[in-house]
Amino acid sequence: MKSVLLIDFGSTYTKATAVDMDDARIIGTASSYTTAETDIGEGLDRALGTLFEKTGPLAFAERYACSSAAGGLRMIACGLVPSLTVEAARRAALGAGAKIARVYSYELMREDTEEIASLSPDILLLTGGTDGGNRANIVQNAEALAGVPGDFPIVIAGNRAAAAECKRLLENSGHEAIVCANVMPVFNRLNIAPVREVIRGLFLRRIVRAKGLSRQQGLVDGILMPTPAAVLAALELLSKGVGGARGLGDLVAVDLGGATTDVYSIADGLPSGASTMLKGLPEPHAKRTVEGDIGMRYSAAGVAEAAGMAKLCGLSGLPAGEIEGLLALFREKPGVLPGANESLARLDTALASAAMEIGLIRHAGTLERVYTPAGMTYVQTGKDLTRVGTLLLTGGSLVHGGSADRIARYALESGDEPSSLKPREARVVLDRQYIVAAMGLLGEYYPQAAFAMMQRSFQVA
Amino acid sequence: MDKKTLVIGVIGADVHAVGIQILAYAFAEAGFEVINLGVMVSQEEYIEAAIESAADAIVVSSLYGHGELDCRGLREKCDEAGLTNILLYVGGNIVVGKQPFEEVEKRFRAMGFSRVFGPGTPPEAAIAALKEDLYGARP
Repeated sequence: MKSVLLIDFGSTYTKATAVDMDDARIIGTASSYTTAETDIGEGLDRALGTLFEKTGPLAFAERYACSSAAGGLRMIACGLVPSLTVEAARRAALGAGAKIARVYSYELMREDTEEIASLSPDILLLTGGTDGGNRANIVQNAEALAGVPGDFPIVIAGNRAAAAECKRLLENSGHEAIVCANVMPVFNRLNIAPVREVIRGLFLRRIVRAKGLSRQQGLVDGILMPTPAAVLAALELLSKGVGGARGLGDLVAVDLGGATTDVYSIADGLPSGASTMLKGLPEPHAKRTVEGDIGMRYSAAGVAEAAGMAKLCGLSGLPAGEIEGLLALFREKPGVLPGANESLARLDTALASAAMEIGLIRHAGTLERVYTPAGMTYVQTGKDLTRVGTLLLTGGSLVHGGSADRIARYALESGDEPSSLKPREARVVLDRQYIVAAMGLLGEYYPQAAFAMMQRSFQVA
Repeated sequence: MDKKTLVIGVIGADVHAVGIQILAYAFAEAGFEVINLGVMVSQEEYIEAAIESAADAIVVSSLYGHGELDCRGLREKCDEAGLTNILLYVGGNIVVGKQPFEEVEKRFRAMGFSRVFGPGTPPEAAIAALKEDLYGARP
């Protein structure tokens, strides 16, 4: 039996998944707390210990890992106009699996460069101007960045006509500067794949080492990518299929975490009606958004703020006072689990329902009715996901909570935001074994096997 | 001669989609870099496109009679956004009903438009004006 080990060094948990390549099946999974502060290998050893208790000892032919430990891949993005190159840069960074520490538009001021120095990102993405368009802005910003201390690399993906000058300015200052194709080469055309590739290369070459994750390199054949990038890769594979196996087509996935809610969509999301006009920056086919203010524990108060206390009371059947008390408990003990606490379990379901609804609404586009002298017409901004067929749920609170289906049904059917183009009738699929990131890793080398394992585990064959 | 960039589109809630395509084609054929924003374009969209692409002119089209309202304040917003002295053109059925064109032109000039074109203007007229204003070419 040839077995492969897939590791996800998460921010909280290190997850190990062992797969058998001979008959494309999952042998077992296990997890333990991530130990990024001391030696990240300790957490992995413990996870493997648990795994071997279930499966017996295994000898792995290959080992691959992804990581969002030690703060994940923290990026800063700079661009010119907020709705154009800044948004394009943000999408490129999110698509590469980054955590966005901050975005800046127009000219970088002294306060901004000081803030950048104190944030000390892993990578900075510098954009601005279409090819042949505005060049003054990106050059000025490169000049400003040249004075920022720190040795973070800077990816230049703006106006092609200014790239060489930006590189020269930045390199003279000691920053590594990499020139990449423009994120918006032509007005309103998004080109984020090259940036994704460059960021991934940097992640492998620099970030893994800088975060002390490379001590694992001997044990692991490679920390290939940030965890969200692995999830996105798995979802693309699941949507598209491989070889003769047909994929699931358009799909949406939600990863509900303690601090953030990540939403992914693999779909073009073009308008369905002939009289609907599409506005705004084009959307990437594989899109990821991160809601930093909504989550199940660290950001539970953010859910209450975004959804409103009245809604949480309605969903949970608990009085506001009791919810306040539980939210205070989360602040003290973010690791608390419902166990036999009935109220806590009800609040968890309510929080998950509201968080998923908000995450989907923010990710999906909107449809507005506009009255013109020529009659009524529709304007769509963002992706139309109403006809997406599959909604995949992943993340500990959903996988282990037990009421994932009910939560998802609520988020799909709720009509509180009638202009939203969030999914409506999708079938709900649960990542029970919590393997989606692992399958993204495996898919790098063995797409067929990864696809087959996902089909079986998600019961969508 | 380096290629000059034009941002064009139909302003406001106007959905006349055909004329702007013809203009985009004619301008491109005449050697301009054309950024066509299509129909239902807000003032902010023209300005954002012009900033990002370092455009040399914004050409506003309006056919449904409400152009006067839609165009108000565009010059001021351009100034505010740092697009000082950018060329601003407007053309089409830009006012309600039939009004003497001289008066209409005067009003739009006062709003800061560099050139104003009435109904039925052929694309060639706008192209000749652009060449004159951007390259100093005499017709």
